[in-house]
Amino acid sequence: MTPTEFTPLASLVGGGMIGLASVLLMLAFGRVAGISGIAVRVLPPWLDREALGRLAFVLGLVGAPLIWLLATGAMPVASFDAAPLLLVAGGLLVGFGSVWGNGCTSGHGVCGLSRLSIRSLVAVMTFMATAIATVFVMRHLI
Amino acid sequence: MKILINLALGLLFGAGLIVAGMADPAKVLNFLDVAAIGTTWDPSLMFVLGGAIAVTFAGYRLVLKRQAPLMASQFHLPTPAPIDARILTGAAIFGIGWGLVGLCPGPAFVALGAGNVEAAFFTAAMLAGMWGARLLSLRAAAPRHA
Repeated sequence: MTPTEFTPLASLVGGGMIGLASVLLMLAFGRVAGISGIAVRVLPPWLDREALGRLAFVLGLVGAPLIWLLATGAMPVASFDAAPLLLVAGGLLVGFGSVWGNGCTSGHGVCGLSRLSIRSLVAVMTFMATAIATVFVMRHLI
Repeated sequence: MKILINLALGLLFGAGLIVAGMADPAKVLNFLDVAAIGTTWDPSLMFVLGGAIAVTFAGYRLVLKRQAPLMASQFHLPTPAPIDARILTGAAIFGIGWGLVGLCPGPAFVALGAGNVEAAFFTAAMLAGMWGARLLSLRAAAPRHA
């Protein structure tokens, strides 16, 4: 495992920026900022005419590190512990589960909890529980 | 114009993830590792969620007082739905994948943009999984032909 530093202030500020983006998305287009819902609707079938806007939002996420590099001179750090096969398995599970369960950390976690949705609260408690259990198994049992 | 605003909001969301440290899967896994409370546990993720929810909760209250959004005819809020087996199964599966790697969809795209090969593998598989789930659920929702 890679040790990380506890960053309460930066994480609070970064969280606030995520919240601001979510509020502005609601103000501009009347939509929740659920990344899994946005990303999957970039792919066909296209049932409305918003696919290009969604693609632009996803490209914004992908482009953020580049802006970060230009502003700070360094790429953001991302350190992975998982082996290649686990990366693919994890990706499949995250993708399938988030769309099947109608949301991920952003849609249920940020937007759903902010709307005081009980359904989102149940979803968040469920994925937190299985994620914590998975990390426990991977780090302490295997 | 709509495209540019979407791009700008994606950048803001992504920059928020970077500032928060959430583009680094190690930070997420160290939060989820509750057996390490007192040693290597990193509670930063709670502050991310707290900051995001505080702003979104207050902001939504103001925005949703409006008749309509600025650039669309109406608000598209998720329709109330029962807490059924499907949402529990989906959330449980999502959590297992999240715990295996430490990436959820937003940070996956950000880590991809930072040029991580690992993130490219993960994101490709994630998009395949998303697409499969959507096609499956559209098929389940479609009227059956006799």
